[in-house]
Amino acid sequence: MASDRIGMKHGSGGRAMRQLVEDVFLSLGGPVDGVGLAELDDGAALRVGDQWLVVTTDSHVVHPRFFPGGDIGRLAVCGTVNDLAMMGATEPAGLTCAVVLEEGFPRAELERIRDSMKRACDEAGVTIVTGDTKVMGKGEVDGIVLNTTGVAMTRRIVRDSGLRVGDRIIVTGTIADHGMAVMRERRALDLEGDLRSDVAPLNGLVRAALRAGGDDVVALKDPTRGGLGSALHEFAQKAGVGVLLDLQSVPVTAAVQAACEVLGIDPLLVANEGKAVVGVRSGAAERVLAAIREHPLGRGAAIVGTAIAERPGNVILDTGFGKRILAEAEGEILPRIC
Amino acid sequence: MNENQLDQLKFRDPARAKALAEALRREVAALGRPASVMHVCGSHEQAIARFGLRSAFPRELSVIMGPGCPVCVTDTPEVDEAVALARQGVRISTYGDMLRVPGTVKSLADAVADGAKVDVVYSVNQAIEVAEKHPDEQCVFFASGFETTAVATAAALVHGVPANFSVLSAHKYIPPAMEIVAEMPDTKVEGFLAAGHAAAITGAAVFEPFVKRHKLPVVVAGFEPLDILAALVKLLELVKEKRAEVVNMYPRVVSWEGNKPAQERLWKVFKPAGGRWRGIAHIPNGNLRLTDEWAHVDARRRFQIDLAGLWDYAPSQLAQRCICGDIMAGLKQPDSCQLFGKECTPESPVGACMVSAEGSCRIWHTYGGVPDLKDVA
Repeated sequence: MASDRIGMKHGSGGRAMRQLVEDVFLSLGGPVDGVGLAELDDGAALRVGDQWLVVTTDSHVVHPRFFPGGDIGRLAVCGTVNDLAMMGATEPAGLTCAVVLEEGFPRAELERIRDSMKRACDEAGVTIVTGDTKVMGKGEVDGIVLNTTGVAMTRRIVRDSGLRVGDRIIVTGTIADHGMAVMRERRALDLEGDLRSDVAPLNGLVRAALRAGGDDVVALKDPTRGGLGSALHEFAQKAGVGVLLDLQSVPVTAAVQAACEVLGIDPLLVANEGKAVVGVRSGAAERVLAAIREHPLGRGAAIVGTAIAERPGNVILDTGFGKRILAEAEGEILPRIC
Repeated sequence: MNENQLDQLKFRDPARAKALAEALRREVAALGRPASVMHVCGSHEQAIARFGLRSAFPRELSVIMGPGCPVCVTDTPEVDEAVALARQGVRISTYGDMLRVPGTVKSLADAVADGAKVDVVYSVNQAIEVAEKHPDEQCVFFASGFETTAVATAAALVHGVPANFSVLSAHKYIPPAMEIVAEMPDTKVEGFLAAGHAAAITGAAVFEPFVKRHKLPVVVAGFEPLDILAALVKLLELVKEKRAEVVNMYPRVVSWEGNKPAQERLWKVFKPAGGRWRGIAHIPNGNLRLTDEWAHVDARRRFQIDLAGLWDYAPSQLAQRCICGDIMAGLKQPDSCQLFGKECTPESPVGACMVSAEGSCRIWHTYGGVPDLKDVA
């Protein structure tokens, strides 16, 4: 049922959001030489000579603005660098930064966010090349909204539709760290263990994977909102294959596992900000895995799944106890109540 | 992770699960015919669905989910009472799942949209905190759940509550519901898995009269995958050998007599009363209501609840096509409902089974139903 109002579910990266984008915005797209709006990929790729110009944009709002492992500034830089990287463009040429501020926003906090952006830019090897600043009245915007746009040139683009039956799927480290860290801060949950966001620029890691795997790296996705589960659903649906996910080999820290257990949340559906899901031809899987593990951000990488012919478009979860279909995330992911 | 959590992981060992699944297959094969058993607990269905256990069950074994979700069986009039109180200006606190359970025409969530004051709480103690924070308001805890949460409500009342706090009890008592299912003319159920956490309070012994009366075995089961598989193996063995007995397969938590002090508090504060369970039937002794001693904190006796104001609207057409009742009685499965996944989703639930995280429709929706995956890869 289409609602006549926008709900929070429309921003949570699941089916509701995709439906909204398809219903409302898709008609703004048109034919392009390359990857355009209709592909709903991580970004656009426009042909320029014998190369691709990759463009992506992302607006960032997060509560709280500072959380263990990161903050909104780091998130804004990494999110866009990562979206470029997930298209295969690992050498960002520059980022833009547009900021919308609420009247009364503390200047010291803004400078702290700026410093954090600077550090993330340094890690990614990119600079901010232009920007825009707006201030809105008290209550007209919630603190700060940060938008970044990234551009990069690349000779080869990697899509999220490239899987074929038999391909292997690598996840580059533990999942659900970002979402659980933010959730604990946001809801002031009294949970044990070290919950820390993984937010990090992945272009270096992806570069290493592409160097090792070349054309055998066939699909890339950063499992942000909607988590690993949503990323795999997109892989499966766009490539028309089934994805068999081996739950026992998915890396999760003990602290995240325990927190998810207590709250009744499936870590497969929780956001990551420093992980990539990589589809690889089976012959190259071990080689690419080794290259990823050599990178500091990929030490916990593992092969977690396989593209299969059965159940095209679906993700089948082998829990180790049995198998079930992994349902697509829908709406907001909230702690179970009772 | 603390020691207790690590300990629980022993019950998540896939190798042992495979051995138990094989044992289950042997028991069903030895029986030589299809069999149906029922569990009466949303947490069991959660674990079965989440771990994909149904794909490991033999095809000839049907494990039916019975009326095991206290939120789902909360009947329309009980929701109406809460909605009416909220509209009268009383501050309501309740568990989150209760918010969207449909009443005759409105849910508590609808009441919130109309301006009612409703707080979501995780425990009775939080509900008491709400009352303490709002000393100038009347605060009612709309209490739901089986023995497990009823005991918590009882303990809080015995301990003492603020003068502006009262309880609207929608607590339920599970043993009488098993009687009703066992007596249903269409039932094919040959044995029950009983819920371990409820049995921790009541003790495994509480099922003895039931077993004698209905000649059906009952196995008390925990909630880890290995607990459930081991309990099913035991249950099928009892079915095969036609032994109507109570067996406790959750001894690390459940004792034969149960938690006596908790039982004393439970029956000091609550008395069983007959009442409808949504979609199932009138269940004699299935509802827990406050005893006369606690009349002063009983919202039903403390307030004049004006239900008539709710009935100016016609009930929804969709609701009449909902088959939650048959689903909770174990007669039908969610995918045989025309509304399932179409008009009725977790985002806009029609029936109670889609509202609660422990409802069968919601669980099937969340975990992709139960497609036959025995042959995949």
